[in-house]
Amino acid sequence: MTGLVSLPALLAAVMLVSLTAYVLSGGADYGGGVWDLLASGPRRDRQRDLIAHAIGPIWEANHVWLILVVVLLFTCFPAAFSTLAVVLHVPLSLMLIGIVLRGSAFTFRTYGGDESAAQRRWGRTFAIASVVTPILLGICIGAVASERPGHAALRIAAAERGASFGALYIAPWLTPFSVAVGVLALALFAFLAATYLTVEAPDDELREDFRRRALATALLVFVAAFGVLLIAHLGAGPPRVAAQLTSRWWALPVHVLTGIAALGAIWALYTRRWRLARVAAALQVTLILWGWALAQYPYLVPPHLSIGAAAAPRRTLVLTLWALAIGAVALLPSLVYLLGVFRGRAGAAGRG
Amino acid sequence: MIGDVLAARSQMAMSLAFHILFAVVGIGMPVLMVIAEVRWRRTGDALHLELAKRWAKGTAILFAVGAVSGTVLSFELGLLWPGFMHFAGAIIGMPFSLEGFAFFTEAIFLGVYLYGWDRIPPRAHIGAGVLVALSGAASAIFVVIANAWMNSPAGFRMVNGRPVDIDPVAAMVTPAAFPETLHMVIAAYAATGFVVAGIHAFLLLRDPGNAFHRRALAVALLVGAPAAIVQPISGDISARYVARWQPAKLAAMEGQFRTERGAPLRLGGIPDVNARETRHAIEIPYGLSLLAFHDPRAEVRGLDAVPRENWPPVAIVHVAFQVMVALGTYMALVSLWAAVTALRKRRVAANRALLAAIAIAGPMGFIAIEAGWTVTEVGRQPWIIYGVLRTADAVTPMPGLVVPFITFTLLYCFLGVIVVWLLYEHVHRSPRIFEIEARAGLVSGTPP
Repeated sequence: MTGLVSLPALLAAVMLVSLTAYVLSGGADYGGGVWDLLASGPRRDRQRDLIAHAIGPIWEANHVWLILVVVLLFTCFPAAFSTLAVVLHVPLSLMLIGIVLRGSAFTFRTYGGDESAAQRRWGRTFAIASVVTPILLGICIGAVASERPGHAALRIAAAERGASFGALYIAPWLTPFSVAVGVLALALFAFLAATYLTVEAPDDELREDFRRRALATALLVFVAAFGVLLIAHLGAGPPRVAAQLTSRWWALPVHVLTGIAALGAIWALYTRRWRLARVAAALQVTLILWGWALAQYPYLVPPHLSIGAAAAPRRTLVLTLWALAIGAVALLPSLVYLLGVFRGRAGAAGRG
Repeated sequence: MIGDVLAARSQMAMSLAFHILFAVVGIGMPVLMVIAEVRWRRTGDALHLELAKRWAKGTAILFAVGAVSGTVLSFELGLLWPGFMHFAGAIIGMPFSLEGFAFFTEAIFLGVYLYGWDRIPPRAHIGAGVLVALSGAASAIFVVIANAWMNSPAGFRMVNGRPVDIDPVAAMVTPAAFPETLHMVIAAYAATGFVVAGIHAFLLLRDPGNAFHRRALAVALLVGAPAAIVQPISGDISARYVARWQPAKLAAMEGQFRTERGAPLRLGGIPDVNARETRHAIEIPYGLSLLAFHDPRAEVRGLDAVPRENWPPVAIVHVAFQVMVALGTYMALVSLWAAVTALRKRRVAANRALLAAIAIAGPMGFIAIEAGWTVTEVGRQPWIIYGVLRTADAVTPMPGLVVPFITFTLLYCFLGVIVVWLLYEHVHRSPRIFEIEARAGLVSGTPP
């Protein structure tokens, strides 16, 4: 690893790729839960069936991307992991409860037998947990960018006297900016799900249902993103990230590309180019994530923990890279196989 | 109100105790399901297909809860023990990364298996099942390797209270790694095999001659019985490891307060920490020295060789160890009985006494696993990393930890009740004998 990219930065990039994979796959599964909650009209039950069939075979595999992010964080950047785990204990615990209820309720609904009252209860639990969990994930990411957890961690480490529980463990993440990022995350996940479902729908009626939903959430994404930027520039948001997003050389290209992807997704949905819409939507979400990562670079937990400062010893990083390479060689073909077996047949399948 | 360290330990213990039930089924159940499918493909016997599908569904329910409770644990390592993860993340992150890949493989091929019955060729379907079984075992091995490091830390040097010269590979091949992983994987097969065998033995007592339950019992015993029979051997390997590397834990397991040559083996008994003796135990002379060191005159270090502040909670460890050994012994004996019966070409399913013995053994494997992990984890206290970092020094500075402890306990109790109820419904819908006969065309008309 000479020259261009340092070893820690490379592993941070791998972590970002894993997070992106989680958002694009697992995020859409949460979005599916949102559309389950909002299923309506004459095809309500068929919408729910389509969502269940689309998520069923893959949500557990998609979920592993999150575990990979966590494991990479504590292996390669243990200082950052322990810092965030202390300050963000409350929202992370709430997110975990959401994760547990979402996954369990979905499985209980799938395998819970034929009693429809119980089925509806699990469906409701699954759907509500699918709404709450992405908001909490977004809140955590927004909070990190806002630098407040970093400052709180420094106060905790200094064993500051007289600081209240709220000041150290609640205030760092319960801010208008973090909550706005949470709402943006939810809107993005719902948008991804609706766009994917236009491709996976078995007939035109369902496809049109999700086209309308995708277009509506595309507008919602714009509103939420605008809200996030507005709060950031009103001074209630992240000082560093906001500054970087306007002043650096890459800022303008990233904004322009994100805008093109967003408009492209809307145009493709409008003109019923389903697969193109899916690609454009995924690209848009990816660019938003990477824009945030670039703006926060080189800090994992701003203002004090940079990628270099939090990194594990070189030997650990090298071995982790090897493990990732070997794992990727073994797993990516398997994942492609899984998706290939079920691609495009979601609506036609019976429950396993 | 309990203190923060105790609340954090309780939350971790509860989360692990809950998760391991599902993790163990994720190791053992795929083996049963693959054997049933292979038997169906070979013989065309529809009951084996029914079994494979039901076991696959059971695996799906339990795997999902295992997946999400495992996610909770990966976060809880930091949420509760940031001091530990800060210290150890770079050292033992490697087995967790590998576990992540094994888990990924398991999730992918379980999806293929569950939803692929009609979509992929038979060989590919069985292959997917085999990969689920193998990756389940691999997951367990990697996670237990991380735990083994906590018991016999290696792969670093301490300089000014921080680890340097970190070698993640050396941290994976510690003295505890082989005994612990071997004991755990065998335990998973024994526990899963016996819980399934126990259920079907119980149902056979009520519905004798039911061909569905007979086949289920045969497959379950095929997995559970050999595992239960060899488990005492791996237990011996584990005990000798503990005797050599963690004398305080062995002393607590055995209620051995004094260092002595020719130490007796104590069966049962209640350790009295203040009087420094174990009362009411049946003592077998030289037994402990013989078992721990394979030498009747060997010296066994007692708790008197350990500073008082470094003692684990002796009574809990001793009782948990006795429970594990007693249950494991019972399972091994029942397995031998079943093996002898089968080798003499007699029907296990026709022997009501044996069926009752198997039914009683049903929950024992899981209780033994919980007891065994109590020995491992409580026996390591007061250390989170044996001899290196104290548990109390690793806990999060956040106060009020009793709140998340109670919250997650209630959540898991709720989930536990639901899972038990679902599985009860699942088993309850097993075909009755008249249904099987009707399906096979032996009986015409509708059942009474």
